[in-house]
This record gives sequence, C-alpha cells and structure tokens, in this order.
Amino acid sequence: MTTTSLTPEDRIANRPRFDCRNAYVETLAEMAHDNHRIVGVVNDSVGSSKLDAFKKAFPDRLINVGIAEQDMVGVAAGLANGGRIVFVSAASCFLTARALEQIKADVAYSNRNVKLCGMSPGMAYGELGPTHHSIEDIAWLRAIDNMIIVVPADPIETAAALRWAAVTEGPAFIRVSRMSVPEIYGDDYEFVPGKAITVRDGDDVTIISNGTVLWRALGAAEQLADQGINARVISMPTVKPLDTDAVLKAAQETGGLVTAEEATTAGGLGGAVAETVVGNHPTRVTILGVPEFAPTGSAGFLLDRYGMSPEGIADAARALIK
Amino acid sequence: MTALASEHTTMPVFGHLSPHASRDAQIAHIAEAARQIRIQDLKLVHYANAGHIGGDFSAIDVMATLYGAVLDVTPETVDDPERDRFILSKGHVAGALYTTLAAFGFLPVEDLATFLKPLSALNGHPNRNKVKGIEANTGPLGHGMPIAVGHAISAKLDVSRRRTYVLTGDGELQEGSNWEAMMAASQYELDRLTVIVDRNRLQQGATTRETNDLEPLDQKATAFGFAVVEVNGHDHGQLLDVLSAVPFRPGKPTFVIAHTHKGHPISFMSNNAAWHHKVPSAEQLQQAIDELESAKPTSSNGGQSR
Repeated sequence: MTTTSLTPEDRIANRPRFDCRNAYVETLAEMAHDNHRIVGVVNDSVGSSKLDAFKKAFPDRLINVGIAEQDMVGVAAGLANGGRIVFVSAASCFLTARALEQIKADVAYSNRNVKLCGMSPGMAYGELGPTHHSIEDIAWLRAIDNMIIVVPADPIETAAALRWAAVTEGPAFIRVSRMSVPEIYGDDYEFVPGKAITVRDGDDVTIISNGTVLWRALGAAEQLADQGINARVISMPTVKPLDTDAVLKAAQETGGLVTAEEATTAGGLGGAVAETVVGNHPTRVTILGVPEFAPTGSAGFLLDRYGMSPEGIADAARALIK
Repeated sequence: MTALASEHTTMPVFGHLSPHASRDAQIAHIAEAARQIRIQDLKLVHYANAGHIGGDFSAIDVMATLYGAVLDVTPETVDDPERDRFILSKGHVAGALYTTLAAFGFLPVEDLATFLKPLSALNGHPNRNKVKGIEANTGPLGHGMPIAVGHAISAKLDVSRRRTYVLTGDGELQEGSNWEAMMAASQYELDRLTVIVDRNRLQQGATTRETNDLEPLDQKATAFGFAVVEVNGHDHGQLLDVLSAVPFRPGKPTFVIAHTHKGHPISFMSNNAAWHHKVPSAEQLQQAIDELESAKPTSSNGGQSR
C-alpha cells in the first residue's frame, strides 16, 4: 500500500516542526474571547506556558497564585464552583506531582469543570533532568477515576482537544508539548474523546502511539514500508478512556502491538493497551517508553536512547513479528 | 448494637428566619438548632459506631450560626450561582455537617439513619455529588481554604456580593497549602472571604502545642494580610456578629479564630483528646442527651477585633 518511492521531503522526519504551546495559547485566547466564563490559573508559569498574550488580553482572567501548586489546583476547583471553565496551565511535573491530592479530591472526586494542562510534559525539559521530567503523569492520573487523559500529537490536535475541553463539563488532563513536532492532522481534524485514529493502515504489525512520539511511529512505518512490512499506526490521543475496540481489532488483525510514548513504561499508554489485550485477546505487546530516571540529555536524544527513534520503533516492530 | 433507625431521627427541622428577625430571636434560633443538632449527632455516632464526635461538637456552633442566620442559601437556592458558599475543610466532621444540613432542610432528617451504612450517600467524608448543599469533597486536610479562595476570586470577577466561608480545624493549619491560600487571599484582597478556625487546641492524639504549635496564630494570620478577630466559638452572639460583618475590614480577608472545646458542652467529653473519634456507649449517650436536654441556650455580645 505504501511505496518505497517517498522523496526525502515527503518523509515525516523532514517536515517543518511546531511548538504545540503556540496553538495552545492561541486557541485559549480565542475561546476566552468568545466565552467570559473561561479563566486561566497558573503557578507563576505565565512565560513557560507562553500566556503573555492571554494575560494582556484578559488581565483579570489569568489567576496567578504564585509558586504554589496545591493552592493552584484548589483555587481552580473553587473557580469552577463559581461557574468558571478553568484551564490550569503549569509545568506538568509540578502540576501533577505537587498537587496530586488536589487533582484527586478537589477536581476528579468533586467532579469540577477543571482542565489540567500539563505543559512541557515527558522529558521536554531535557538536560534539566528527572526532577523536571514528567514521565509519570500519565500513570498517576490514569489511576484516578473520573479523569480523561489526552496526549495530543501536534498543534492541530492540541487546539482541537482544547476546544473539546471548553465545551465539555468535567475534569480532564491535557498534555501540551514544547518539543517541536511536525503536523500530522489536517485543519478539518475533530477531536473525539476515547477514539483512536488510524493514521496509517497496514496489517503486518501495529504501532500505537501519541504525543511527541507519534511522528516517530509514522517515520518507523515509512522505514518498514521500505522493507515491505505494512505497519498500522494508531494514534491514541485519549489514554483514558482507551479506545479498546481499536486495540482489540489491531490485536486480531495484525501480528503484534508496539506501543511508544514519552512516558514511563509502567502504567501509561503501554500499560493500558496491555491491560486491554490480556483480558480479551492475548497478544504480544512491546512497550516502549522511559524505564528509569533519565541521564543528562535533550528530549530528542533521550527518546532515541530509549528506542523511540523511527529506526528504534521499526526495530521493535520487526522483532515482534520475526 | 442496634442500628440508627427512624425512631432515632426525630430532630425538628428549622426554617429560614425572617431577615427582619431581631438579634435575640436569631440567637435563640441558632442556640436551639445547635442543641438539637448535638442531640441528633450523638445518636448518629452512637448507632453508626463511628464518627468524630469531639470535632463535631467543637464545630457545631459555628455551622449552626452560619446555616441558622448568616448564609444566604436555602434548600431551594442550593444550585443558585449567587448563593453564599460554606466549605467545610475539616471534612472528618461530616456527621456534624449532615446533621446541620438536615436541621435546616437540605436533606431529609430520616436519611441520617443511613450514616456510614453500606452504599449510603452519607460517607465518612462529604461528597457533593451525592448530598445537596455540599460544596466540596473534603477529607484530606488543607484543601478547603484554596477552594474557598478560588470561589472568592470567582465572585470578585462576577462583581458579586456573595460571600465565601470556610471552616478549618486548627491542627489542619499545619498543612502548608493553607498558607499558600492565605497569601493568595491577601494578594487578591478577598474581603468577602471569611476563614474560621475551629481552635479547639487538640489534634488526633495530643494538643496542637505538644505537636506543632501554631502560636502566635493571630500574629501569623495578621502577617499574612488578614483582618484577625477572636471569638468564643460556642457563643452564638459573638459568632453571629462577626460572621455577619462582611467585609470585616475592606480590602482584607477575615480570619476568625473561634476558641472552642472538643466535645463541648458535654461534661465528660469537653476538651478531652480521647473523644476525637471515640463512640459514646448507651449510658454515655443517655447522659450526654440528658445534659443537653437540661441546657439553656445562652447569648452574649459581639466579639473583640484586633
């Protein structure tokens, strides 16, 4: 189905790349313009969330509690109690680790209309090291009831997820990447929670991915195609609730599943996929992710190191169906 | 052990006072409600064989004052965006909150018979999705104040006159999240926010002083930008005057240190750490009810500000 005649410019690895935070702040400002109930809450993270323009346009509606994450999430729940649609915007490592109990009790269990936007997640902070990496956020939040988890793969999906969140009552966690990624979706993309998207069809093997790793999975599929292997690539922006139908269909129709994500190998997308197949259609699953406190390096370097370069993902897929 | 049954849920329901009621009438209304709430709450804890009676009894006068004569919220306006908010940060006194809500008609008094029973809406900590009138699912300590600050900011954005009250324990102030919230409350000049501290000086197993002393609490709250006022937390007149005075100082949030006793006013419970979550026996239940039946409501003048 895919030929080996891709020109270098056609290959996804060579396309222009974009910082998803720009789409984030543009969309947030646009929505806030149309809906006065939308507010932002930050922990001094105006600059790192690129919210300066939002602050300028809506000075009263950007609540900056200072460097105080527990207060930040509690305040967000209180603003929601007052009828606001609340977008918390903070580095994912501090948001999810420091305020985990507030996320559980004040947002999820209380069922408040709070959107937790984890900025610069995964290993985006690269050389700043594991204190600033947020590879655990997916696993932690996946264990909490009443929490939708979205990991957008490009600026278009980031904007679409935000637009969905603004009109949907209830808690959600949305990762917003700072590591530049190529565009994967067209402008007509509509985010549907809990729905996977088959971004490339194939029936030899399946790669399930999301976030900053999705383009790398597509790059792997290009390389596999060069070698005559047709890989299905499933984009799984919603880690919770998982599109179990898409997972089981891939388990039945292809030779095995590789999951690849910028998150811990324990309890993330890979864990969710494994939990799904083990009870319904036992299938070989290779989980690619970050298995440890990462050593010094940029996010790109570290993803490559943990087998998530296009070559690495292709290797894992080939090994699975050998 | 018999379970709490309908014959044990006989508390009268107190209507909403006329806004023109005199101060004396308001105080009498609060006092009688508080007395009946305590009698019902004793039964709740006795028959459920669990609960936090000590902290319940230190907080009931504050809650009876708020629901009896201060809060602009009724069972009919419980979803009105412009209602006043009361957030119970010390969620472990859920029994006192449920009983207070029932006393003022927010939930049927007979529902109290389900307290802590399997699948009951009346969990050991409050759940707003199951019980009307509850504003936040509290339980872990140090959560109420940030939520209250968030609501007060929301009210300010709405240019609304609605008020926000939050009741915290005193041991609970050892949680750092409260102090984060206090800094934000001051920064945002939330003068329609009132923090009430149930200053009973006891935590789970010891005094606050022995554990992690909070003093000088008044100076700390003042330094954090609050208008501080100390009251006798069992004196309905003082509570009514202070809690009705919003804003207490324009531009500043209010910090009410309500001096209380755990287990108040029961002779064998009052100021006794053992009654943090001890359950009264049948004899103790009867003695406590007898003491309350013979008690006369009291009142006095307003609190002292500083």
